[in-house]
Order: sequence, then C-alpha cells, then structure tokens
Amino acid sequence: MLRFIAKRLLFAIPTLLGVLTLVFFLVRIVPGDPALVVLGDQASPEALANLRERLGLNKPLLVQYVDYLGAIAHGDLGRSLTTNRPVMTDMLAVLPNTIELTLASLLIGLVGGVPLGVLAAVRRGGIADWLARIVSLIGLSFPAFVSGVLLLVLFAIQFRWFPVISAPRSGDILERLRALALPAINLGVIMIAYVTRVTRSGMLNALSQDYVRTARAKGVPARLVVWRHALRNVLIPIVTIIGLNLGVLIGNSVLTEIVFSRPGLGKIIVNALNTRDYATLQAMMVVFAFAIVITNVLTDLVYGLVDPRVKTP
Amino acid sequence: MSPTTTTVTITNSPPTRISTWSRIRTSPAVLAGVAICFTLIVLAVLAPWIAPYDPNRQGLGIQLADPSGAHWLGLDSFGRDVLSRIIWGARISLWVGVVATLAAMLVGSTIGIIAGYFGGTIDRVITMLTDILLSFPQLVMGLLLVAVLGASLTNIILAIAVTAAPAFIRLARGSTLAMRERDFIDAGRALGFSDMRIMFVHVAPNILDEIIVMGSLWVATAIRTESTLAFIGLGVPPPTATWGGIIREGFEFLNDNYLLAVFPSLAILITMIALNLIGDGLRDATDPRAPQ
Amino acid sequence: MSTVAAPALSVKNLTTEIRSRDQWHQAVRDVSFDIVQRETVALVGESGCGKSLTALSIMALLPPGVGRIVGGRVSADGQLISGIADAEMEKIRGSRIGMVFQEPMTSLNPVLTVGFQIAEPLLYHRDLSRRAALARAVELMDLVRIPSAAQRINDYPHQFSGGMRQRVMIAMALACAPKVLIADEPTTALDVTIQAQVLALLAELQRSAGLAVLLITHNLGVVASVADRVLVMYGGDVVESAAMPDLFQRPTHPYTTALLAAMPRSDRSSETIAPIPGQVPALAEMPVGCRFQSRCPLREVRCVERPPLRPIDAAGTHHVRCWVTGGAP
Repeated sequence: MLRFIAKRLLFAIPTLLGVLTLVFFLVRIVPGDPALVVLGDQASPEALANLRERLGLNKPLLVQYVDYLGAIAHGDLGRSLTTNRPVMTDMLAVLPNTIELTLASLLIGLVGGVPLGVLAAVRRGGIADWLARIVSLIGLSFPAFVSGVLLLVLFAIQFRWFPVISAPRSGDILERLRALALPAINLGVIMIAYVTRVTRSGMLNALSQDYVRTARAKGVPARLVVWRHALRNVLIPIVTIIGLNLGVLIGNSVLTEIVFSRPGLGKIIVNALNTRDYATLQAMMVVFAFAIVITNVLTDLVYGLVDPRVKTP
Repeated sequence: MSPTTTTVTITNSPPTRISTWSRIRTSPAVLAGVAICFTLIVLAVLAPWIAPYDPNRQGLGIQLADPSGAHWLGLDSFGRDVLSRIIWGARISLWVGVVATLAAMLVGSTIGIIAGYFGGTIDRVITMLTDILLSFPQLVMGLLLVAVLGASLTNIILAIAVTAAPAFIRLARGSTLAMRERDFIDAGRALGFSDMRIMFVHVAPNILDEIIVMGSLWVATAIRTESTLAFIGLGVPPPTATWGGIIREGFEFLNDNYLLAVFPSLAILITMIALNLIGDGLRDATDPRAPQ
Repeated sequence: MSTVAAPALSVKNLTTEIRSRDQWHQAVRDVSFDIVQRETVALVGESGCGKSLTALSIMALLPPGVGRIVGGRVSADGQLISGIADAEMEKIRGSRIGMVFQEPMTSLNPVLTVGFQIAEPLLYHRDLSRRAALARAVELMDLVRIPSAAQRINDYPHQFSGGMRQRVMIAMALACAPKVLIADEPTTALDVTIQAQVLALLAELQRSAGLAVLLITHNLGVVASVADRVLVMYGGDVVESAAMPDLFQRPTHPYTTALLAAMPRSDRSSETIAPIPGQVPALAEMPVGCRFQSRCPLREVRCVERPPLRPIDAAGTHHVRCWVTGGAP
C-alpha cells in the first residue's frame, strides 16, 4: 500500500512542477514594478529598493525560480507582503475550517446524491427523477455565490434560523454545526448535483447488465439487486466524479467562505487580492495545487477499496 | 446495381440530421431556453433605449429604496435605478460569455486539431500543457489571471478564454484522433492535399457539431465565471454595471435591503437555466444514444 | 390408475410479445412442453428464434416495457408460477428453478466475491447464516470441481478463467438444490475443450441430483450429446419436436432439415455443409402463416395459413408444424 502511494506521488511530480512553474511566471508577468504596485506611487525610493531586495526581484529570473522551488521543497511558502507573517502560519490557522467545510459538503453530496440518483434511475420519469433534474440544474449551473447569497437572505436574514456570519468561534459543538450548516448546504448542493447525475446514469447502465439478470435469476430480492448488486458497481464512477470535481469544490469553497464570512483559505485569497499581496496569492496557488494532487492520490486509494480489479490484477 | 447503392448512401445520412433538428424544435424545454435567451439578447442590445434610466445616474431618490412604480426594482446605495443597471449588466455578461467562449472555441479547437493531426512531440507538449491547466480549479485560475493582468473587460475575456480553452483542446484532439482512425486523413494525404487543407477543410467541419454543443454549454460557465469575478471585486471596474458587481454591492447592505442582492441573482439564475436548457437539449439531440 | 407425478416444469401455450418501435410483436408463439425429472429437453434454433425469450418468460425475467407474456401458463411441480406476484416469484427463482446464462464474463458481478455470489441464494431461500452459506459455497465449488475451492472463495470473478466462471455460475444455480435447471447457451462462449468439460459436468450433476434440464442452444452437436428430447424453434414457433435419436434420423420440417445440413460434422466433408439461405426476418417483417416460408424451398400456396403442430408418428412423440412434410403418419 505504501509503495502504491509513493508511486502515485512520484507520478504527480511533473504535474506539480508544471503548476508551480506556471504560477511563478504568471505572477511575474505583472505589468510594471511589483514593488511599485504594492507600495503605491508615493513610496520612497529606499522603501521600494528595500522591498525589491526582500522579494529577491534584483536577482536574475532563473535564480528567483530556483530559490522559489527550493523554498517550497522546504515547506516555505514565503511571507505576506502586507503583514510580513509567514503565509504557512496564516494558512494553517484557518485550514481546518476549510477542510471541515469541504468534508461536510462531500458528506452532504454522498448522503443526498446517491439515494436520489438511485431512485431516479429505478423509477425513470418519477418524482425522484424530476427532483434529480432540478437539483442538477441548481448545483451545476448556479454560481456558488448566487446560491449562497439567496440562502443567506432566506434562512439567515428572513427566517433568522442560522447566523449571518458563520465564523466557527464558539467551542459549543451545536453552535459550530449551526454555523457550518448553511455554507455546507450551499457547497453540498453542487456535490449532490454531480453525484446524482453520475449515480443515475451509472445505475441505468448497471441495471441493464447481465450480472443484474443473474442476481434476479437466483432470487435476490429486487431491493437488494438495486442496492447491493448494481450500486456496488456504480461506486466506481461515483468516486471518479468526486475526484475529478474536487477542484471545482475547492474553487467554490473559496466563494462560499466569502459569502458566509467564514475564516478559511477563501478569506486569505480575497484579502491578498484586495491588498495586491502577490506573495500570498502565489503561495495560495501552490497550496491549491498540492491539495489537488493529494486528493487525486486519495481518489486512487479509494478506487482500490471499491474496485477489486484494481488491487488484484 | 450501383445506382441503388448510391441512393441508399444518400438517403442514409440526411435523416439523422433532420431528426436532430426536429428533436430540438419539438422540445418545449429547448424552446423555452431559446425564448429566454432571445429576450435577454434583445434587452442587452437595446439597453440604451429600453432601460428606463441612465444606469450610472446617481441620486434618483432615497438610497436603497424599495421597488416602486417609478423604480420597479428599487434603487441602489448611490440612488441608481437597479432595473436599468441589470439591463445594462446583461450586456457585459452576455458579451463576455459569448466572446470568451468563441475565442476559446477557435483557439482551443485549432490547437487540438493540430495536436491530434500531427501527433508526436507536438501532441505530447500540448497534452502536457493542457493537463497542467486542467489540474487547476478553473475559477481559481481565472481569478489569478485577472488579478495579475488587472481587471478590465479585455483581460476578463482573455482570462476566461484561457480557462475554457483546455476543454476544447481535449475535445478537438480526441475527435481528430478518432478521424485518423477512420483513415480519413490518410486518404487526404494520398490525394496530395496539404496539411492545412486536410485539417481545416476536411477535419474541422466534421468535428464542428461536437464543438458547438460544448460551446453552448461553456457560454453558461463563462458567464458564471464573469459574474463570480465581479462579485469578488475583479470584474469590469465600477461604475460600469455588472450583475456580479451589483450583487457585491447588495451584499454589503444585506441587512438594510437584501432585494438589491436578490434581483441581479435572479437575473443570473434565469440566464443559467435558459442556457442549460439549450445546452442539454443540443447535447441530447446530437447524442446517438439518447432515447428517441 | 395411480396419480402420475406432475412434470418438474410444464409450459402450456406460452405466448410472449416484445416491443420494437412502439409495436408489440409475438416472439414466442403458443409454445408447450413438459420436462420430467432426470430429463433434458433442448430448445434449438438460430439466434432470434425465441429460445432465450422462452427461458426468460418462464423465469418472469422479461425486461419490463420491452417484453411481456400475453398468454399461457407455466407450472413447476404442478404449482402455477406464471402471473404470480413478484415477491412470490423471487422465492421460486434460484430455489425451485436455477438458471445458467451464456456469458460467464459478464454474468457474474465483478465487485462481489465468487464465494458470496454462490452463497447468496442460500441467504434468501434457506435462511442460512452468512458463515454457513459460505461454508456451503465451498462444498458447491468442490462439487463443480473448482480446484482449491477454500482458498478461492474470496477471489473475484476477474481472477477466474471463462470455464471456471461457468462452473461458478453452475454452482450458484444449483446452490439451493433446485429441481429444474435452465441453461441458456451454457457453453457457447467457451473454448471447444472446455465446452466438453462443462457439458460433462452438467450431465453428471443432472444424474446425481435428478434434475430436469431445459437446455437452450444453437449447437446441434451439443444437443446430440446430452438431450433426451428436442424442440426446434423458428420465429417463435415450435416447428418440430421429437425424441432425441428420432430427430436426427427423421428430420421432417424443412427448417430442421436445413439446420442439420448446415451442421459441421466429422463424418462429412466441409463442402457438403449447406448454409440456410437468407436470414431470420425481423419480427415486424415475419410472413403471415408459416414463418419459415420466406426461406423455405418447399413453399406452397397453403403456407400463408399457419400450419398446426401435428403428430407424424403413431406413438405421438414426433410433432411437426408444416403443411407439406408434416402430414399424418
């Protein structure tokens, strides 16, 4: 198992390197002098020179690139241009919030999406099928901030069931859940949409397979034919779709955190954008790249659990 | 015998096309989508004549006023007419959505056809770059690009086109490879056609259907990204009215008058639903496996 | 007269329709036969003749919306099993009637262990615990001669060869010791040498368990080696039915004659193999009357009327559905 993980990580290195390179050069095509952009027109020449020195802008581009890769290899994401604190520290402080939100929405996606997709496939054209269509439309086409704003208006402002600011400050588990509910639902609907879609089409395919007929021919009750024989096979495409869309989930978690004023990676990014803190922005892109690579490896591990053909070739 | 065979081949291909279009025409969902989109386009194009007020004129009444007979959707925090701003905002959203998608379609498909046609090192390099672009959340990539380039209409279109292009590269490359399997390309070469001619006269028209279907789905994505960027503060700079920008402003005054955020949200929702109805309809109609 | 035991499987006037382009067409027409214990009845014909549909109709496994039974009755051991509630039928399938399918590659569930798939019917029909059912599964795997069964019980189908998978299918079908086994082309997907092994295994299991077997095949060689009685089907009709040696000695329906002529045999050179001209027409294009008339060399005017299935021998065991060749004895 460890060898398998090591191998997958090794294979991810070229992609990771590509992403890091892309981010590095993107941030360096900023038109004009980054120091000037950060400090503004009124900055003194000494301050500008100071900042250039600190950012390593005086060195040749290639040296900067090697320094950058070396720092990342050591787990150093650099320092914020505005607060001068290590980005890693700020990031780690709020990372649990983002992970909590992502996992909660993943859970909502599975708990809501799998049964809905199965029922939609078993009774095509039935109520569940229509519900599945509507949920897919909402989750796949509405921007996360729009659905977030509407949820906020309805349930936090109009009905006052949930807090407007979903900062999980309090240690009380119930308060924490109440703060998590709306953001997790907002993000969860997107996941439900993906999971429902793939479950429905996967089930339609599975139910037409020979092994389903075999199961029925040996007298397996209809309920178990669906939930055991067919669904087990659909777990494979479900895992695939979740793995493929974790990037989408991460992108939308940024938006959700902003709408619900939740401390998290999204907040760091928006602050960095507003203060033109390119160092933080660059560091956050690196964090996302790593997050995606890690989730891809996790996806492959889960494959081994749901598809016996992976672990026993 | 040969005349019979010819008639058979001739009558064999048109019916699929006819049934494709008749299926689109007869689907009420697609018709509804087309009707909504048409209305939106008319509103956007005729905004200067249709919008009841100048979208940027401030102080038309009490700030954040509720909807009234004079201002159907109320006023914003500068006392500007919200309905007029939403109508003008449609211009930005639709323009960005269509132009960015067209750009991504043109550039992406060309690159994809080249990759699939030549294969070898060119293909490997293009595929690697595409994979790198795709390994990044599309939204985060768009955000970074606009942040780096600066928020302007051109840069936003450019950033969205860059995030959308990899999908078209992949599609066009795959379809071109599939055509190579069918000896289409080798036949062209044997006849002495130039590479350019084979790629753009013989290959491109054959994969156009798929590209257009995907393009129709990407317009919605592009509009979604545009409004999201505007909401984060990376949209076309104020005072220009954009849907995402109005929501951003309304979001600040959520506790005072949330309607300011709700109306542009509804405009986005309606647009998304309409575009998805059309896109899904097109996809179902061209999907040979779809039930008749 | 003492009461005669009811046949293990009895099919009376079974008629089944399938839908194609929103039209329902008869695909199994008025099929009747009985199978007693220890007997093997073969259903023979080209693909599309309705053999498999007959089997699926007996098991009530027709895909809803695509196939439906419109007439006739099926009973097992004298008990009516057609037209009964789904929940009742679930208790019959796998318990009273076992079924083996053609494709061992796709007929086993790829993500469930072989042991569990064999044990599964015992969980529902015999109320065995999971452990007891798995122990029984090992015995069943031994019975169908899967080597080192105890070690392989937790393996998945993809780890087995085609022949071994078909043995798994047989073990599964026989798990609850049914009295009837329906085998739908059980050897078609296998290599010739494996075919012989699987057929020998089926024959042996039949003898030891006294099974009634309905064997569906297009391969007359298979029929010759194992069947007691043969029903030849064409276009959903039974066109000839006869005891085994009789059919080969005295093929009477033109279709049967044609099938035999098209069969490769060791005692004939390959030049004498005569393929049947034309194809089975689509159901929507079936001729009215005798369905074989479009390909029949002996066609006459009266063939536009549907011929009855009539006995042609004094004992009444050989029946033929043909105006021309199927005259009274």
